[in-house]
Amino acid sequence: MVLVVGSIYALPNLYPTQPSIQVAYTDSAKSADQALLNELEDILENEKASYEEIFLRENKIVIKFNDVDTQLSSKTVLQNTLLDKVIIALFLEPSTPQWLKDMGANPVKLGLDLSGGVHFLLEVDIDTAQQGRLELLLDTYRKSFKEEKIKFDNSSIKDLALYFEFSNKDSYNKALKKYRDDSPLVNGLQYIITERPSSNILLLEYSDIALKEIRDYAVGQNLTTLRNRVNELGVSEPIVQRQGSNRIVVELPGVQDPTAAKKIIGKTANLEFRLEANSRTSPLRKEQFDFKENEFQTAYLEKAVIVSGDRVTNASTGFDESGFAQVNITLDMQGGRAMQKATSGNIGRRLGVLFVEQKTKSELVTNELGESVIEQTTFIEKNIISLATVQAVLGTSFRITGVGSPTEASELALLLRAGALAAPMKFVEERTVGPSLGKENIELGMKSILIGFCLVVLFMALYYRIFGIAANISLIINLVLITGIMSLLGASLTLPGMAGIVLTVGMAVDANVLIFSRIREELKNKDPQSAIKDGFSRAFVTIFDANVTTLIAALILYIIGTGPVKGFAITLSIGIVTSMFTAIMCTRAMVNLIYGNKNLKVLKI
Amino acid sequence: MDIRFRFMKFRKIAGIISISLFIISIMSLSFRGLSLGLDFSGGTLIEVSYESPVALESIRNSLEVNGYPDSQVVNFGTNLDVLIKVADQSGNSSIGENIFNILNEQNIPIELKRVEFVGPQVGDELRDQGGLGMIIALFMILIYVAFRFQYKFALGAVTALGHDVVIILGLFSLFGWDFDLTVLAALLAVIGYSLNDTIVVSDRIRENFRTERILEPIDMIDLSLNQTLGRTIVTSFTTLLVLFALFIFGGELIRGFSLALILGVLIGTYSSIYVVANMLMSLTLTQEDLAIPEPEGADFDGMP
Repeated sequence: MVLVVGSIYALPNLYPTQPSIQVAYTDSAKSADQALLNELEDILENEKASYEEIFLRENKIVIKFNDVDTQLSSKTVLQNTLLDKVIIALFLEPSTPQWLKDMGANPVKLGLDLSGGVHFLLEVDIDTAQQGRLELLLDTYRKSFKEEKIKFDNSSIKDLALYFEFSNKDSYNKALKKYRDDSPLVNGLQYIITERPSSNILLLEYSDIALKEIRDYAVGQNLTTLRNRVNELGVSEPIVQRQGSNRIVVELPGVQDPTAAKKIIGKTANLEFRLEANSRTSPLRKEQFDFKENEFQTAYLEKAVIVSGDRVTNASTGFDESGFAQVNITLDMQGGRAMQKATSGNIGRRLGVLFVEQKTKSELVTNELGESVIEQTTFIEKNIISLATVQAVLGTSFRITGVGSPTEASELALLLRAGALAAPMKFVEERTVGPSLGKENIELGMKSILIGFCLVVLFMALYYRIFGIAANISLIINLVLITGIMSLLGASLTLPGMAGIVLTVGMAVDANVLIFSRIREELKNKDPQSAIKDGFSRAFVTIFDANVTTLIAALILYIIGTGPVKGFAITLSIGIVTSMFTAIMCTRAMVNLIYGNKNLKVLKI
Repeated sequence: MDIRFRFMKFRKIAGIISISLFIISIMSLSFRGLSLGLDFSGGTLIEVSYESPVALESIRNSLEVNGYPDSQVVNFGTNLDVLIKVADQSGNSSIGENIFNILNEQNIPIELKRVEFVGPQVGDELRDQGGLGMIIALFMILIYVAFRFQYKFALGAVTALGHDVVIILGLFSLFGWDFDLTVLAALLAVIGYSLNDTIVVSDRIRENFRTERILEPIDMIDLSLNQTLGRTIVTSFTTLLVLFALFIFGGELIRGFSLALILGVLIGTYSSIYVVANMLMSLTLTQEDLAIPEPEGADFDGMP
């Protein structure tokens, strides 16, 4: 049973992959449709490019080719014709038959070191995010202390803590009471208060819970932004994942130009808050912009920017008094001040929010050699995402109402957050593997597995004869099972992972060797049948203990390891389990098949 | 009794060898240290492939002129592949790009094979995590063996593992081989492998102590070692076979890995014979330690 399942899931790996391309609309809101499919067909027909199959999958169109040359030339043709309308990605489509796919059987994924591609590790700068929030808090407290006549001589942010030095004991006590009243829940965050009564100083720091919240928010927001940006790269299977507390892993298989990828990942979207131009605004001081959602709607905004996206600390959705969706925006101290100044004389006018994006435009140009090549230029695009009437003087936090449905509101909030990265990020690790090295690694890995495997098989057959052959068949089943389980788990195979398989091949025979040498011993004072029986059962305890301890080491490796090392741990762990299974069950089944129910006088082992 | 080879006769000599190797390793580790690979040291590494051999000196010169005087330039595998390492600790992630551009300006066609950049804090973290993982692994194994066998065995097993790991580290330090993430992985695999051996031997010692009640402990251990010798040799041999295949054919990237494993299998086999048995002898394992026949095996009777 296990064998059948194992073989089925290992099966897809035998089918070759087919060079394919994947086409999606650049605008991620639009999904590919029949119209685009027909358009692509026409283009390919005109160019007489032969493809095997073209079909719609999810919101993309997949075209399969028979060879890499047509794949590449077709990509160029399509890109030259459609330019920026679509994102085209090259990839290898496995030719797994439908019935296998229906069972969830897919070929083993290749790690970056085998497929080639780029791996980035980005670190989110939490301190900056924290600093921004503290500034906001400092401003809030300064204001409320002034209102409540609590006098202080000094106030600042020191080592990520809010520092207030009060003028007298009375103010100190009042402030302390205020802090305590606000804590544990000020804006849903908890603080730690440090009291220095002798010098009338109070320090306010974020608690661990609050820090975790800030961190989760910042990382989560950056993660969303990164996902959107990575989608623009047109990679067929990108990975964008949080790693640890404040890191984000980005893996882009097949991407060969790390510089371009880095540019897009590291690029900044931004926001600009500007007042709508009115009749008194001189034409020199206003600009016309399109709305993001509706290309035909435009509006004039003043050229002066009140606040830009880096001043936005949060944007979330909520509901107003009458139950309509709204977007709540929080600005930092400086942003709040600027907003207050700008809106105080302008109640009743409309405030526009511009979404600023850095985009690349592709153009077909003829170079000096007379070839037409695609030239990419970067430009900045600004679109209005919101235009709402100012109802009152705005400060650090305000809301935009009349934003439509809750879905539309959350989209707007997402755009606002995307425009304002919660915290800056930097690249802390980068690994690029060229396609040739990937191929080379696969070849080397396969070669070592094959050679190691043949050597072991040969040795076992020579040393243990018939029992050796039984062990060898188990070894083959073992390899099939490892491949099947890898496919089933969707784990990626890496070069160290292949090394793990090689090592498993060497160690997998150990269980059989243990059993066989035990049988040999038992043969000294027992008849063959009971020697076989006792050999298997006595060796089992040993095999079990030995494998459990190895598994402990492999699991720890999996937990602490990253990337390639994890790959090694995965194959090693799977290998240990499958080798235990095959050595005990399969070999025994075969031995029973050969020697079972026979009255043996002598047993050669 | 079938004791063909009196292992324990040499136990004093083996003990001295082990202890001196251990001390040499510790000395080398503390004075020379490990030559840490990029994963742990941080920095930038770039591998390029030329169509025809290029003088490393010219690459070094152009890198020096362009502001990378401390770069290491070596051939990697063949004389067409060149590996450049820059141990920059500033966390600047665009060094790889810059170097590739500098090399491109030499107007010799090159192909980029890989670029790796590891920021300094990541390197430190990997190092700490690796060390921590090793300690956790040893500790968990200690508990498991103590639970399944007896604490004297657990001490023996963990001493053997510590012995193996320290000596392999010592050899890497002594010969200045690069210690990177894959070697660390190999080291943990060695823990697994060496343990495998140790358990098999311990298992036999335990069994013999229970069934053969007449012998002296020293004979008992010798008997057990002899009984498991065939298996130990065969398994080590098959494992070494595949490891040599990996070492020779697996390519430059996993050479350090396979080397560490080969050393590990050799040292691990030795330690499962001498270190464990020596520890058991010094801790004076007696029959009473194992006298109460725990119902081992009973839990597994349902299985073959």
